[in-house]
Amino acid sequence: MTRPDEPALRMQSTLRDPDAVYRSLVEAHRGLSADQSAALNAALVLILANQTGDDDAVRAAIDLARATLETAADGGG
Amino acid sequence: MQQPKTHRQFRYRRSPDQDATTTAHHPVVVIGAGPIGQSLAIDLAQRGIAVVLLDDSDRIGDGSRAICFSKRTLEIFDRLGVAAPMLGKGVEWRKGRVFHRDRELYSFDLLPEPGHKMPAFINLQQYYAEEYLIERATTLEHIDIRWRNRVTNVTQTDGVAELTIDTPDGPYLITADWVVACDGARSPTRGMLGLAFEGEQFEDQFLIADVKMTAAFPTERWFWFEPPFHNGQSALLHKQPDDVWRIDLQLSADADSEYERRPEVVRPRIARMLGHDDFELEWISIYRFQCRRLKSFVHGRVIFAGDSAHQVSPFGARGANSGIQDAENLAWKLALVTRGDAPASLLGTYDTERSEAADENILNSTRATDFIAPHSPAEMSLRNAALALAGRSDFAKRFVNPGRLSLPTSYADSPLSTPDVDTWGGGPRPGAPLPDAPLRAANGESIFLTDALGSSFTLIAINAEAPEGLADDVAVLPVGRDQVFTDADGLVERRFDGGDGAFYLVRPDSHIAARWRTFDPAQFNAALARAKGGSR
Repeated sequence: MTRPDEPALRMQSTLRDPDAVYRSLVEAHRGLSADQSAALNAALVLILANQTGDDDAVRAAIDLARATLETAADGGG
Repeated sequence: MQQPKTHRQFRYRRSPDQDATTTAHHPVVVIGAGPIGQSLAIDLAQRGIAVVLLDDSDRIGDGSRAICFSKRTLEIFDRLGVAAPMLGKGVEWRKGRVFHRDRELYSFDLLPEPGHKMPAFINLQQYYAEEYLIERATTLEHIDIRWRNRVTNVTQTDGVAELTIDTPDGPYLITADWVVACDGARSPTRGMLGLAFEGEQFEDQFLIADVKMTAAFPTERWFWFEPPFHNGQSALLHKQPDDVWRIDLQLSADADSEYERRPEVVRPRIARMLGHDDFELEWISIYRFQCRRLKSFVHGRVIFAGDSAHQVSPFGARGANSGIQDAENLAWKLALVTRGDAPASLLGTYDTERSEAADENILNSTRATDFIAPHSPAEMSLRNAALALAGRSDFAKRFVNPGRLSLPTSYADSPLSTPDVDTWGGGPRPGAPLPDAPLRAANGESIFLTDALGSSFTLIAINAEAPEGLADDVAVLPVGRDQVFTDADGLVERRFDGGDGAFYLVRPDSHIAARWRTFDPAQFNAALARAKGGSR
């Protein structure tokens, strides 16, 4: 749980080896169809959302993720 | 376009071996006079081992190729007596910037602390590096360089390797105790031994262009994802000496390489990037890359080093740098074995240690390539999400991978290392490379730790009484309070956790073999024997 004076999302990296985690995500998609990849991503989101144990953090993450879509649209897709 | 002229031309000379009535025998033959073969030959010659160096060509040419030489490689070059011309000509750099479209995502500094003799990196065309190495090699009487000597067959019988060598005067034979193949990614020697070279092939093609122009860009590594000036996925800009700039542009997997290499096609691409047309094209190359390695680098009396043993993508400067570090790892071991001062099994530790390095390099190179050239729409979505988030959060910047630049490998599980028995709060562990630090000599001269180390095993005694009566082949280097060398800026103490006294046994390749808080002759002798590959 976040304390009231703490922002809901941690913006600093918390992972010991971000490159290795990224590679694990890439490998998870190897050999999957587009539908399977989308399903994998959806399952991952739910698992990781639960793992946060923080409803506010999940809502803040959704806001941040949506904001990147707007950036992408501004940039021409 | 001007393809570069031959940078240096050498002459074939007939060797007395070609007229010998019985087949000439040599302790060490090195195949390939590129940067790896030259470095190995110089290191061996400095250790008093005679080397025959064979090359199928008679010139240096073929464009800039490897351009980034790392701090660790420069420390090795310094020991080989070639760092000064490399540093004199090369362009020093340590900062990189990463852009997404027209926006800077982050920058990095590869050597943010003072107190090191060598810079984080220099950029230098490979042909200059080869020229300086060859100039050095030709001053060493133990090196016999034979140009236009192409090895056409390698066999191993009765405890020797036999080489068939083709020359302008026809073929001849020599035998050798040890053959080291430094003959590059397409290694003919590897083919002659029928060895598999397996790994991952990447589909995307990259255009390399060396461009000559005067420009005010800083001496930094600039990397763009989805650059606004190029419809491919990435671009890289890097400065070399002589006002030459290296530009890498990612092309698609199905790009027509013959078409893409035409100057009239390349020029507008570069002009869009630079915003002007005021440049000359020096060199163009189009390549796909691979991450692969030999399963073992030692095959009987034939040993592989550099690209012949392992190949990586160029993002991270891990090709030439890891090859030169292979050569340094091998040279002292081969010298000990050739002199009969160590068992031949010591060469097996070249395979284990440099395999660890190759795997680390391939791992980093593969991760960077996955990020730079995603394999599927799903991977592209993941990559683009990381880039989009990186503009808004620090954590996502850590996922953005434009190549992690070459650092020396710490040999974590080396059989040559003696595990720690004392408690340490820092400092290099056994297997790790030696960190540099400033020293002050007794005469007041400021030098560096890397200057004070020779080419032998060295015991560094930090803030502790140096022992006497060690083996002849071990140098003792006392550093610290009331010692021959004082710890000028306190950085030895800090970098080696030496405040309470420390002893480090350093290998001839400047990796740590063992360390202790107090000196015990029995422990020391056991560690030294272990670092030399155990008993004969």
